[in-house]
Amino acid sequence: MSPTSPLTSTPTTTDVLVLGADLAGAGPANLLIRDGVFADPADARPDAVRVDAYGLVALPGLVDLHTHLREPGREDAETVTTGTAAAARGGYTAVLAMANTSPVTDTAEAAEHLLDVGRATGTAQVVPIGAVSKGLAGEELAELGLMARSPAQTRVFSDDGRCVADARLMRRALEYVRAFDGVIAQHAQDPRLAGPDACCDEGPVSGRLGLPGWPAVAEAGIVARDVGLAELTRSRLHVCHVSTAETVDVLRWAKARGIAVTAEVTPHHLLLTVDELLGYDPTFKVNPPLRSAEDVAAVREALTDGTIDVVATDHAPHARHDKEHAFVDAAPGMLGLETALAVVVETMVRPGTLGWREVATRMSSVPAHIARLGGQGRPLAVGEPANLTLVDPTRRATVDRAASVSLSRNNPWHGRDLPDPVVATWWAGRATYGR
Amino acid sequence: MRHLLSAADLDAAETTGILDLAEEMALVQGRPVKKLPALRGRTVVNLFFEDSTRTRSSFELAGKWLSADTINISAKGSSVSKGESLRDTVLTVASMGVDALVIRHMASGAPLQAARWFAELGLGVHVVNAGDGTHEHPTQALLDAFTLRRHFRASQPDAGRDDHQPFAGRRIAVVGDITHSRVARSNVELLTTLGAGVVLVAPPTLLPAGVDTWPVEVRDDLDRVLGEVDAVMMLRVQRERMSGGYFPTPREYTVGYGLTRARLGLLRPGTAICHPGPMNRGLEISADAADSAGSLILDQVAAGVSVRMSVLYLLLGGADESGAVR
Repeated sequence: MSPTSPLTSTPTTTDVLVLGADLAGAGPANLLIRDGVFADPADARPDAVRVDAYGLVALPGLVDLHTHLREPGREDAETVTTGTAAAARGGYTAVLAMANTSPVTDTAEAAEHLLDVGRATGTAQVVPIGAVSKGLAGEELAELGLMARSPAQTRVFSDDGRCVADARLMRRALEYVRAFDGVIAQHAQDPRLAGPDACCDEGPVSGRLGLPGWPAVAEAGIVARDVGLAELTRSRLHVCHVSTAETVDVLRWAKARGIAVTAEVTPHHLLLTVDELLGYDPTFKVNPPLRSAEDVAAVREALTDGTIDVVATDHAPHARHDKEHAFVDAAPGMLGLETALAVVVETMVRPGTLGWREVATRMSSVPAHIARLGGQGRPLAVGEPANLTLVDPTRRATVDRAASVSLSRNNPWHGRDLPDPVVATWWAGRATYGR
Repeated sequence: MRHLLSAADLDAAETTGILDLAEEMALVQGRPVKKLPALRGRTVVNLFFEDSTRTRSSFELAGKWLSADTINISAKGSSVSKGESLRDTVLTVASMGVDALVIRHMASGAPLQAARWFAELGLGVHVVNAGDGTHEHPTQALLDAFTLRRHFRASQPDAGRDDHQPFAGRRIAVVGDITHSRVARSNVELLTTLGAGVVLVAPPTLLPAGVDTWPVEVRDDLDRVLGEVDAVMMLRVQRERMSGGYFPTPREYTVGYGLTRARLGLLRPGTAICHPGPMNRGLEISADAADSAGSLILDQVAAGVSVRMSVLYLLLGGADESGAVR
């Protein structure tokens, strides 16, 4: 398909017949998109738009559990419009929008507002994440129940960026959300142990560069505490952006014990190491920080064996001026939506570690299930919502940050040769990206 | 040499060249009229984001004695406090047509980042790192090496020791808060490049992560080290660290790691005592030690100007094509 593909202008009332795509590793088949759902290909109308997908892989639309859309409050960095355009370009049909906006998504009204903006301007489903605590202050519970019962139907709650450090508050949050099948998504970072300026994996690199260290145990220690609280409360815990081998060990233990914990890893923690910081380039400042090669190997292994359940982007767009400070003062975070699948292909699929079925699981169906999104992450089957990502498993390209559709340019992959897999995306039968 | 950002960027020959030229510059210090015309018409800006007295005035004197136009900008409490990014601040200053920016910043890596931004924009400004966070302070290490080299040549002319390799076989102890010390990091780089052995002495709380990968020996018993070294470099205990839980009390620190009067007796004759200043007398160093015959602390201060003259001269092309000083 060319960049001038008619897909993006295809009206949803027209049949789209996708021919010969490999259905997430299950072998080639045809798919018919009609009225927002998959219909029987045998019923395709003669005037159906036909898409030659031989040699391509069909995945259920990807679901990102961890996106920063920056709207409201920092529309100079990203908006719902640009963020979901980046999502569609990356093969996503749904994104869960983190609560640390300005104002914070800590009320039903704020969640509903974001839902409305998403419906009006988004090219992917926008699902608000609710804050755990009022104003992310870590002191009092936000209106978790009201957000859950609002039209936004919030099920994921997180103070991301600010660990819920108070053990008692964390316990109450876990207990409380059990009433509506919610999940607490924790950014695990012991604030006292890591320190306020922590920005570099604590080890030889932080010691040499003189950057404040962020020890692995500051993550694993909180996760150990939280899985204990999840067991105590019989509630669901989700661990955001796992970055260390120590955390993987704790998760493995907790899962073996039957505790209801899930976990995510970001693309950048699957590929980049702390050595990227040697030039003090704030593009590579992220929280949690890039870790050692041993940690990278551990999170890859954990994603392979299911100890880590999903890949989530932690897409964190920043205006240029927020990155143009000394490393320790620069805003943490990097773009992720457009390149996540590329990195997963590079690190997990090409080496033969994960098959396409597992990619569909870890990037679509399981994230949708964790967030309790009924209409996402579904099988590519007749009657299911037509959320579809077409993938070319062989194509590669040099990443160019200028080509991003995100408003921001903090792209850690700029200039790097990576897979360029996403060919087209449909969300609820609507073509949202095509090249 | 385009910039001086890190002692790690200097090899032994470059370092020796800087120190040798500093010896020539030191002659200027002794003259009634302390002025060389070498950098006439060149502009050096001391851009200090962090308070400093000795480093800033040392750079200022160095520039002035080389006839450069030298100005000081204290960025603390100016545009930075109004929310300007570091990139905008350094580009604003650099765009005024200056030849060299001497940058001190409380954040590690800031001068290196500035140099990268200048390179991206094709600006030919030279950057000198005058201390960045807890990363490096390369001119401090150079002036320490200058001072020690003079001392070793003058006071310990061991039989058979090659005067051209005055650091070979020497052992130098660096004592105190290694974790937060840019002086320690630069000295480790430079002294080991010159062939010296470095012994770091500190409580475990003040040793940086990964120190076991450094080319140094790490010890925690100062008493056992003092008799084994040719020089002891005491590091300042920063007041703000005292409440950080790095050690229980100042008294306990002094007992464990201070160069007390009693410990002076453990030093071998001729052992040099250094301190980058400002000193906390009675904490990491006693008055007896600071003022003792072995103390090189004032020599270090004097060497600072010579070494910085040498660095500015080399960066700004004060030498003619033959390398001779004009």
